Amino acid sequence: MQGWIDSLIRGWGQDPATWPWTQIVYVAFMGLFAFIVINFAAITAGIFSWAERRVAARMQSRVGPNRVGPGGFLQWVADAVKLLTKEDLVPAEADNFLFRIAPYFMMVGFACVFVALPFSHRLVIADMNIGIFFILAVTALIVVGIIMSGWSSNSKWSLFGAIRSAAQIISYEIPAGMALMIPVLLAGTLSTQGIIRAQGGWPWQWFVFDNPATFAAFFIYFISALAEGNRTPFDLPEAESELVSGYNTEYSGMRFSYFFLVEWGNMWVMSALASTMFLGGWQIPGVSAAQLDAMTGGRAVAFELLSLAIFAGKTLFWVFVVMWLRWTLPRIRVDQMMNMCWKYLVPVSFAAVIFVAGWMLVVRAAPAVGTVTHWIMFLAAGVLPAAFFINRVARNIHDTGDKFDFTSNW
Amino acid sequence: MTEPRRAPESPTMEMTSNKEVLRRIEYTGDMLLNMGPQHPSTHGVINFLVQTDGEVMKRAIPEVGYLHRSIEKIGEKCTYNGFMPYTDRVDYIAAMFANQGWAMAVERLLGVEVPKRAEYCRVIACELNRIASHLISAGTMAMDVGAVTPFPYALREREFINDLLEELCGARLTYNYLRIGGVAFDLPEGYADKVITFVDHFEKILVEFNRLITNNEIFVQRLAGLAAIPREMAIDYCLVGPNLRASGVPFDVRKDLPYSIYPELQFEVPVGRGEMGAVGDAWDRFSVRIAEMKQSCRILRQCIAQIPKGETMAKVPRKIKFTEGLEAYSRIESARGDMQYYVVAGGGENAYRVKVRTGSFTAMGIIDVLSRGLMIADLVALIASLDVVAPEIDR
Repeated sequence: MQGWIDSLIRGWGQDPATWPWTQIVYVAFMGLFAFIVINFAAITAGIFSWAERRVAARMQSRVGPNRVGPGGFLQWVADAVKLLTKEDLVPAEADNFLFRIAPYFMMVGFACVFVALPFSHRLVIADMNIGIFFILAVTALIVVGIIMSGWSSNSKWSLFGAIRSAAQIISYEIPAGMALMIPVLLAGTLSTQGIIRAQGGWPWQWFVFDNPATFAAFFIYFISALAEGNRTPFDLPEAESELVSGYNTEYSGMRFSYFFLVEWGNMWVMSALASTMFLGGWQIPGVSAAQLDAMTGGRAVAFELLSLAIFAGKTLFWVFVVMWLRWTLPRIRVDQMMNMCWKYLVPVSFAAVIFVAGWMLVVRAAPAVGTVTHWIMFLAAGVLPAAFFINRVARNIHDTGDKFDFTSNW
Repeated sequence: MTEPRRAPESPTMEMTSNKEVLRRIEYTGDMLLNMGPQHPSTHGVINFLVQTDGEVMKRAIPEVGYLHRSIEKIGEKCTYNGFMPYTDRVDYIAAMFANQGWAMAVERLLGVEVPKRAEYCRVIACELNRIASHLISAGTMAMDVGAVTPFPYALREREFINDLLEELCGARLTYNYLRIGGVAFDLPEGYADKVITFVDHFEKILVEFNRLITNNEIFVQRLAGLAAIPREMAIDYCLVGPNLRASGVPFDVRKDLPYSIYPELQFEVPVGRGEMGAVGDAWDRFSVRIAEMKQSCRILRQCIAQIPKGETMAKVPRKIKFTEGLEAYSRIESARGDMQYYVVAGGGENAYRVKVRTGSFTAMGIIDVLSRGLMIADLVALIASLDVVAPEIDR
């Protein structure tokens, strides 16, 4: 980041080293970026709230919100304004201080993730050498906020939601962490940009198709991320049909909106992390990271934007998958959720880590094995399931006589 | 003095009032959770006093009566014809059946023969209503288990039925279609084609619905083996309709105590077989309803093919009066099972006593026993699987 600001200043024909107030400039820039990132997070969450409602509506043969702005796009602005102007109600029996402060914990835990999350080849707030570690650490703040809100509400339903989420998020952090360690092992760095650089632009160069264990690790991470983000089928902490609304039952107005801001924003975080760690991040097919580094001028800007688009595309695809799962699957039960974590995901993730460690030794001895496995994995785990999926979709459409209709009812 | 009848040996029969239970929960240090009457998934205004230790319930006691509207008493104050719109409110999800029960009871008092065409109209309306009711049941059950999408799917199909019934009788929810001695309106022009078109469409949708939710792995995992009701227990607790049949008892009033034109129709009585877990578990109750919708489609096809021409109203006196003390009893297979009307005629134009026996009320009795040791998430699924409807419980 600092280097980037330096190069910017040099671009204006100045030398930052000679300035007496460079530190102040850095701080000002940091403040500016923090502002941009917070707004990015909030606006993404808002747009996702609209997108989710439209996607859900399509899946349920409804229309969805389509009144405010083109295609109802400004619905999230209207909702935000409504929530901000509502009364900020604190129940009489609630623990006033904790009740008020709980949403901020969630918001802080969520916003801090964006510090280490990459967006494109050069665009990352801080390319820390402990990037992944930092992300895992700050995400844990969210659960503190949830427990606080549930406990301080002094409502039995909220308490149930809080205890459920404590059990769920803490349990699922283990397989998620182990699964994320696998790309770290392969890349030999904790830095998010470093991990992306260790992969390539083409799908067979991605870590997800590196070997069978990474493929498993990708799904372990994805399942655990769903659980940590309280998304269906793991939406137990706010299970509407069971717990009324879970930990946020007693909240209203702006504080209530924070919980949902975090939930929807988390969809970006979990998907961006998945594409960073396993799916090649911003890597452009056919252009290596070193070539990108060497570019200058307008060409550099063009390719920068291309890498940003590729990263956003991958991320948005997984965001869509998360929505898709939510509107398709039922919710699992608490004991099933715990069983799944401790009996399946945790052992498999540990086994995968050990397998990858051994695998790296094999590949170092015989690099040809690695190349062949990439291709086999890509064909067997990537192309074949995709073909099967398309085939099934075509059959379903044929069976029910559905018609594609993306143009009407906007 | 005869000895007081002893209840069957079962854990429910500790004769404790709800108040006493509350006091006891305080002693044990367990948590008392008031689930309802405004909880999103109690299917109406019912309250459950849930004694829990964390997620695991020790007991859930249903508290009914929030929706009591003294419909039976109203029946004693109205004329026989005048009570018909009120019967809609006995079970507003499947109002046609409540109509039919009342009509049949009074027809038995009158000793009047309903014309054949009217009987066919009744069966067509009832079977459409049965599909609509089961769709709501299946949809809400999926929603209670956490899958939201099957619910709009089910309601979308129910809309077609609502349209059909609206065309038939002008109402979409409380139909007031049946009359004592027949039906209010004959089938409109081209109605047969519309019903057949719907049935053709719906049978396809049923397959899609099964793919979406019935065989969904998570759904099956949630419901298989959950709150299984063995055959004897189902009979002991007076379960009726799909709840009873899911436990493997092939009792259906339409087959076993035939009424109307059902003896002339070919259909099967689906029973639970425990395909996914135990016989009579929540999944069986769900799948029996899905299978019944299929049978209803079959009945509809036959009715449309066989319906004769003729009158739709029998000759019924304008003012219905009986000698005092005359009584009649009718049983029909409602969407929620055996629905029974008992009427004792008063001296004048109204009844001395009206009693409605409904399936949801007896189903509430079993929740206390079944809920022991289940989790809170299971209680929601259990209530949904019994398909209780609040107005039918309290009337």
